[in-house]
Amino acid sequence: MSVTKDEGIIICREVHKWYGDFHALQGISLTMQKGEVVVICGPSGSGKSTFIRTINRLEVHQRGQIIVDGVELTHDLRNIETVRREVGMVFQQFNLFPHLTVRQNITLAPVWVLKMKRAEADAVAMQLLERVGIPEQADKFPGQLSGGQQQRVVIARALAMKPKIMLFDEPTSALDPEMIKEVLDVMKELALSGMTMIVVTHEMGFAREVADRIIFFDFGQLIEENTPEEFFHNPQSERTKLFLSQILH
Amino acid sequence: MRADPPRDTSDQHVDESPPTHPGNSSGWAGGGKNGCAVSKELPPPTERIPVLRWLKQNLFSSWPNAILTLAATALIVAVVYGLGRWALTEARWEVIPANLKLLLVGTYPAGQLWRVWAILYFLGLLTGFAAGRRRGLVRRISLVACAASIALAVLPFPLVTRGWLLGCAGAIAAGYGLGQLAKLARERRWIRRVETTLWILSFPVSLIVLNGVGGFLPVIAGRNQWGFMLNLLGAVVGIGLSLPLGVLLALGRRSKLPAIRIVCTAYIELIRGVPLISLLFMASIMLQLLLPDSFRPDLVIRAMLTITLFSAAYMAENVRGGLQAIPKGQYEAAYAVGLNGALTMILIILPQALRAVIPAIVGQFIALFKDTTLFGFIAILELLNISRSVLGNLEWRGRIFELYVFIGVVFWLLCYSMSYVSRRIEKSLGVGER
Repeated sequence: MSVTKDEGIIICREVHKWYGDFHALQGISLTMQKGEVVVICGPSGSGKSTFIRTINRLEVHQRGQIIVDGVELTHDLRNIETVRREVGMVFQQFNLFPHLTVRQNITLAPVWVLKMKRAEADAVAMQLLERVGIPEQADKFPGQLSGGQQQRVVIARALAMKPKIMLFDEPTSALDPEMIKEVLDVMKELALSGMTMIVVTHEMGFAREVADRIIFFDFGQLIEENTPEEFFHNPQSERTKLFLSQILH
Repeated sequence: MRADPPRDTSDQHVDESPPTHPGNSSGWAGGGKNGCAVSKELPPPTERIPVLRWLKQNLFSSWPNAILTLAATALIVAVVYGLGRWALTEARWEVIPANLKLLLVGTYPAGQLWRVWAILYFLGLLTGFAAGRRRGLVRRISLVACAASIALAVLPFPLVTRGWLLGCAGAIAAGYGLGQLAKLARERRWIRRVETTLWILSFPVSLIVLNGVGGFLPVIAGRNQWGFMLNLLGAVVGIGLSLPLGVLLALGRRSKLPAIRIVCTAYIELIRGVPLISLLFMASIMLQLLLPDSFRPDLVIRAMLTITLFSAAYMAENVRGGLQAIPKGQYEAAYAVGLNGALTMILIILPQALRAVIPAIVGQFIALFKDTTLFGFIAILELLNISRSVLGNLEWRGRIFELYVFIGVVFWLLCYSMSYVSRRIEKSLGVGER
């Protein structure tokens, strides 16, 4: 497979996925450049979460090609592990490790996967906690934090692996309204720092502000792909228009 | 939550201003902000019920209740009185101290008993050392062990035994002192390593010291006649091996590879469907027929392996229960940060799964410990079986109740300790529970 990194840091070609008979992804193609921020929106069940989960192979695609930073995702475990080291992920349900403290949550992967020295990993963890604004929570357990704080720890945990790409799967959907902003602020800062990001979200304000491109999904298909300006003011497809009319009041 | 900024006094003024709702004196006028005017909050109601009224309400509320109360009281009094009278006047407790050595270590030669004490001292030293370095549970355990050996030393045992017992307390105290000293050391890492190594080595070393090795320590014959020591050894071997084996079986049963899954499932279901006693009989009699002489392990070892393999099947199901309680998101999060399958299991899934089933696991440990008395049925003189040989002695004929009470107390003390320790561990691990 001759794939040069210049073509894009993420290359998806005609990605298909079925759950049983249900055709969840119907030929998605997407190319992303380094430093790009792409927001994916669409009604629930449209396949947007499934799609970003194929990018670090939490879901297996059955047809098509996914190449992340020059590494193609196949059944080869080494490739999968390489890609997962380079791709950080933030989940809707946080998925922090409840038996470990915040600091241990963050240092676990650097110590065990990157073989980082514990002292160094601790220093990195503290830097990241400063960055997401909760250094004072380092020695608490996840269960003792609010949802917004937990989600910021998840972001710090992903960043500790120094990923080249960050995936966000509805990061604010499980949060109380007053905590959404603190998470979005961290994500904005991350986007401005040049991180390559794919964000599945319904936060259209965030999309308008930081996205380079917005992608609209429906029925497992990529319906529309546009700049935020065009997407909001001049949507091409009828379905996009309908969707926008329902979520923008 | 973020820490609240220091509250200025203006809020207090709000509290003191006339309440917006007449009659609202609870100081809620601060309006939804937390931490407001704690002193003015209404305390929870404390109701003190006089004894007589409590009795009337709970024990004599109606005629049938009153009759039941009286009948139950009479029964309790009769049983306690009967037991008390027997224990204090009729029972001849001398049977216990007179046969204590036989009950606890069986036919282990008196001249070699120092080996048993040496092992106890070594373990005492290690426990004391751990207690010196850490706080909490281990400190409490060593305190109790220390107090227990001093208390036992007060009892009318032979002078030598009392000396040994005091030595036990001394060993724990010495270990504690060393542990405290170790805290001062600058390089603590190798201390921890040495400590862990010693704990791991303590078990095989104990076995070798007890049994003897050719050339250094005389090998002791009659390994199947060591009394209570066999129950303890059986329990330690069983507990130590059945948990890891059970974890492997549980993982095997959930494996994606059909061959592994089928073998593990078959093993678990087969073993769980057969009574332990029949497995022990098989180990004692059938193996003898099947295996050549040179290939046949000692009876005691066969019994211990049997109980381990038996317990592992139950352990596997306990562990599987814990594994099923872990949400899929934990696996996904672990994979997403780059952990491979093995690390995910060891670092993320198993710690949570095992913690969730500590009560079931400890229950299995306790059952295993008590099941070691079944060794008696295959001609192993463990505590229960060897107590029968005491009855064979004319002097102690018919002293069966004293012996069984003693055996019951010994087992209860140890089982209760296990259960207590497990509760403490659960509590100390429960900190970050979601």
